[in-house]
Amino acid sequence: MFDGPSVAAAFRAAGITHVLWVPDSQLGRWDSALRSDPQLRLVRVCREGEAIAVAGGLLLGGARPIVLMQCTGLFEAGDALRNIVHDLRLPLFLVVDVRSWRAYTLGKTTDTCPLFTEPIMRAWQIPYVLFEPDRHTPADLAEEYRRAWAERRAGAVLLPE
Amino acid sequence: MPMTHAQALEVLAEHRGRRLVITTMGSVGIWAQLSDTPLDFAYMPSAMGHAPGLGLGLALAQPQRGVIVVNGDGCTLMNLGALVTLADNPAPLTLVIIDNGMYEVTGGQPTPAAGRVDFAAIARGAGVERVFRFATVAEWRAGAAAALAEPGPTVIVLQVEGRLGQTTPKPPRSMPEQIERLRQALSEARAD
Repeated sequence: MFDGPSVAAAFRAAGITHVLWVPDSQLGRWDSALRSDPQLRLVRVCREGEAIAVAGGLLLGGARPIVLMQCTGLFEAGDALRNIVHDLRLPLFLVVDVRSWRAYTLGKTTDTCPLFTEPIMRAWQIPYVLFEPDRHTPADLAEEYRRAWAERRAGAVLLPE
Repeated sequence: MPMTHAQALEVLAEHRGRRLVITTMGSVGIWAQLSDTPLDFAYMPSAMGHAPGLGLGLALAQPQRGVIVVNGDGCTLMNLGALVTLADNPAPLTLVIIDNGMYEVTGGQPTPAAGRVDFAAIARGAGVERVFRFATVAEWRAGAAAALAEPGPTVIVLQVEGRLGQTTPKPPRSMPEQIERLRQALSEARAD
């Protein structure tokens, strides 16, 4: 269950120091838990590309950030993603909420977000795992983060909405 | 007498202290002539408009260090929301905006509303409390120490002459080399 307290606990367990985000309706439910956690610093930014740049600076400075965004923000943030992951070669980690995914799999939406999210991740060469909400847990997210960090590579978890 | 880009950065170099300095676009070549230490980071190749974000991240991770980001007016316009983010996340960061009214390295095309955009007013409106604007080198020399006296967040707008005939500058070393030097310098500072 991806509720705020469980996610905050998973982030702590993964050694994450800073959480950067532009919330959406699914991720936004974590706001209270993330804001009140004494071990996590929640950094609110104005756009998703900016979140990636701030995370880049944090990584250069020795911190362990994570960036949370909706897939629409991912689409906006391509240049920052390209630069931080491929020019600066920093181990950026993203959690991307895939808007309308469940409705898409049932053929019940015309939202184009699910159509483009995975191809965009592949185009930017970001290793990712598409979570299944009924199977994966915040602990799995923490494990994906730890694995990417240990391998000093970028990574992402896609969270279906 | 208008201030030149080089004069603006010369005064900054005299007052930067031990802060890390991140330069972008037209400032990269000039700054490399003034200072080339491991704490000078030429953000090139960059993500368009995102040097303030990179600087904020470094300032949050290294709060004892202090960071100066030297951004162009064109770069600033690409991400004006960064001013709100700086105000909302207090950190030892100074954003210097070099306002020459043009995209210098692409041939001198005017930036949108060149000459009419008041970056200092925008910064204040975004919630940044320490905002300074200097239009001549004499003013900048007289005010630099006070403007850079506090850790930040601070925004300093320097109105400079545009230079025509410029090309995209080359950073003094590759990005991997810069990152290695920077990380080493920061880790040595932590060990002090």
